[in-house]
Amino acid sequence: MLQFILRRALYAIPSLFGLLIFTFLLIRIVPADPAAALAGDNATPQQIANIRHQYGFDRPIVEQLFLYLGQVLQFNFGESQYSHRPVGLDIRQRLPATLELTLSALLIATSLGVPLGVVAAVYHNRWPDFVLRFFSITGVAIAAFWFAIMLQLLFAMELEWLPLRGRMGNGIVPPPDITGSLILDSLLAGRLDVFWDALRHLVLPAVTLSLGGLATITRFTRAGVLETMQKDFVLYERAVGYPRRRLIWIYVLRNSVIAAVTQIGLLFGALIAGAVVVESIFDWPGIGNYAVLAILTADYKVMLAVTLLIGVIYTVVNILTDLVHGLLDPRLWEQL
Amino acid sequence: MLILKKFARDIPALIGLVIVIVALIIAIVGPWIAPYPGDIVASHLLQRLKPPSGAFPFGTDNLGRDLLSRVILGTRGALEVAVTVVAVAMAIGVPLGLIAGYVSGWLSEVIMRITDVFLSLPQLVLALALAQLLTPSLESAMAALALTYWPFFTRLVFAETRRLQASLFVDALRGIGAGSGRILFLHILPNAISPVIVRATIGMGFTILVAAVLGFLGMGATPPAPDWGLTISESRNYLPDAWWYSTFPGLAILATVLGFNLLGDGLRDLVDPRLRRSR
Repeated sequence: MLQFILRRALYAIPSLFGLLIFTFLLIRIVPADPAAALAGDNATPQQIANIRHQYGFDRPIVEQLFLYLGQVLQFNFGESQYSHRPVGLDIRQRLPATLELTLSALLIATSLGVPLGVVAAVYHNRWPDFVLRFFSITGVAIAAFWFAIMLQLLFAMELEWLPLRGRMGNGIVPPPDITGSLILDSLLAGRLDVFWDALRHLVLPAVTLSLGGLATITRFTRAGVLETMQKDFVLYERAVGYPRRRLIWIYVLRNSVIAAVTQIGLLFGALIAGAVVVESIFDWPGIGNYAVLAILTADYKVMLAVTLLIGVIYTVVNILTDLVHGLLDPRLWEQL
Repeated sequence: MLILKKFARDIPALIGLVIVIVALIIAIVGPWIAPYPGDIVASHLLQRLKPPSGAFPFGTDNLGRDLLSRVILGTRGALEVAVTVVAVAMAIGVPLGLIAGYVSGWLSEVIMRITDVFLSLPQLVLALALAQLLTPSLESAMAALALTYWPFFTRLVFAETRRLQASLFVDALRGIGAGSGRILFLHILPNAISPVIVRATIGMGFTILVAAVLGFLGMGATPPAPDWGLTISESRNYLPDAWWYSTFPGLAILATVLGFNLLGDGLRDLVDPRLRRSR
């Protein structure tokens, strides 16, 4: 099994390296003058020359590559044109908010999607199945940014049940930063008022973000359960009169969940990407919102850093998914 | 004909087909059926932000333009973007997949590793970065979307080609002296085309969604274009009073994407009967 893990981990190195080279080439090939692009719209010729020297655009390409790799490994992405702070620092401060949002969305999608998928499979081709299928097809086809605005319109503006935007209400003192998650930190500090406020702020963005994932997980769980129900062991258990409920929720589900786990892993990457849009609509102070601000103000250093970061998270999560997949299905250890 | 009969029994796929056909018709005859075809550029400030009524079924926007007309006129743009992006992505991705699948060795490795890197980045993030680097415009958005969608076709065609080139009829063709180009484009490609068509159909829906996000973030169409994403973005300043302003363009996106997805799912079931059981 150790060998399986090591092989999988090694497999990621070319991907990560390719990602680095890709972002390296992106800024050098696409714009006409990369130094001018990095310096921003209002830069003086002197500033452009400085950037050109700092990034080594005046040096041979191989040397530039090594310079770039060195900077990335040191988490040094230069200074944001927008916030005038180091990009690495901005990202470090904003990442916890994004993780809190994406993990909450993943939690919603999984904890609802798996049971709903089982229900859809159990009621195969009867009305609960049709209703759930309709919702999962719609969930994938809906534009998240529009859904977010519709939720804001209904729950924040018309009914005024939930806050419109942000992560915390005005005048609320944040609890000491322990985990980075406002929800957990406020609980750890015993500050129920902050917890309630943070939770109310989290609901709409997390629900919006979870929608596509919920649809996917429901769909895959349903397909997995339907397939497992055809297996001989299920037929046998049913024949000997094993309680149907226990059979489905324990034995069938355990044997069907593998495809869904793969999807959960792939989803995490999709959620991080989806967070770009959702965060900007709900003004959530994470890296997605940061990326949109960077794009709107043509802040290339931030754009490149965030693209690279999301790519790395995506790749790492894919490997972790593979590992979990392997742990659930030891037959895979032999392959590859 | 068996295949048509099978398709005719798949009600969701038929609904999808109807939606796609209706969308295509609206895109073609839009300027003739829109109640106020001049409302791409016109403005009628006396009628701004009117709620839905008999004269304006979808209401009017902040410049008094009829939203129904703008949603209808926006269909052409959305479909043009989707068709162009998917066509360009296919033109890049399919030949690369054929080559990578047919030859072995370093060329195949290089193509597939590049494909992997593209696939390891979320398409939306990549498209946003590319669109900005190419200076924001509708053309940049389309280029960015095509440049991020081709790897899906490469991966697919690669797998199909690998499978087919090991088959007997390809051996036979080689035996009677057929050239590689002939084998690839006349014999392997037609056999690999059905999953490509399925992917392209689903890709159309997906592209409409991502293009709407680009438009919404101001990285695609520019005012006064009746782009759906752009309209939703403009409408945000007039909420909650003008609820119709953001609702109807979003419903247009939803219906169109739903149509392509349903059709794509139905086609996939036809092409790959193994997946049928799992529905």
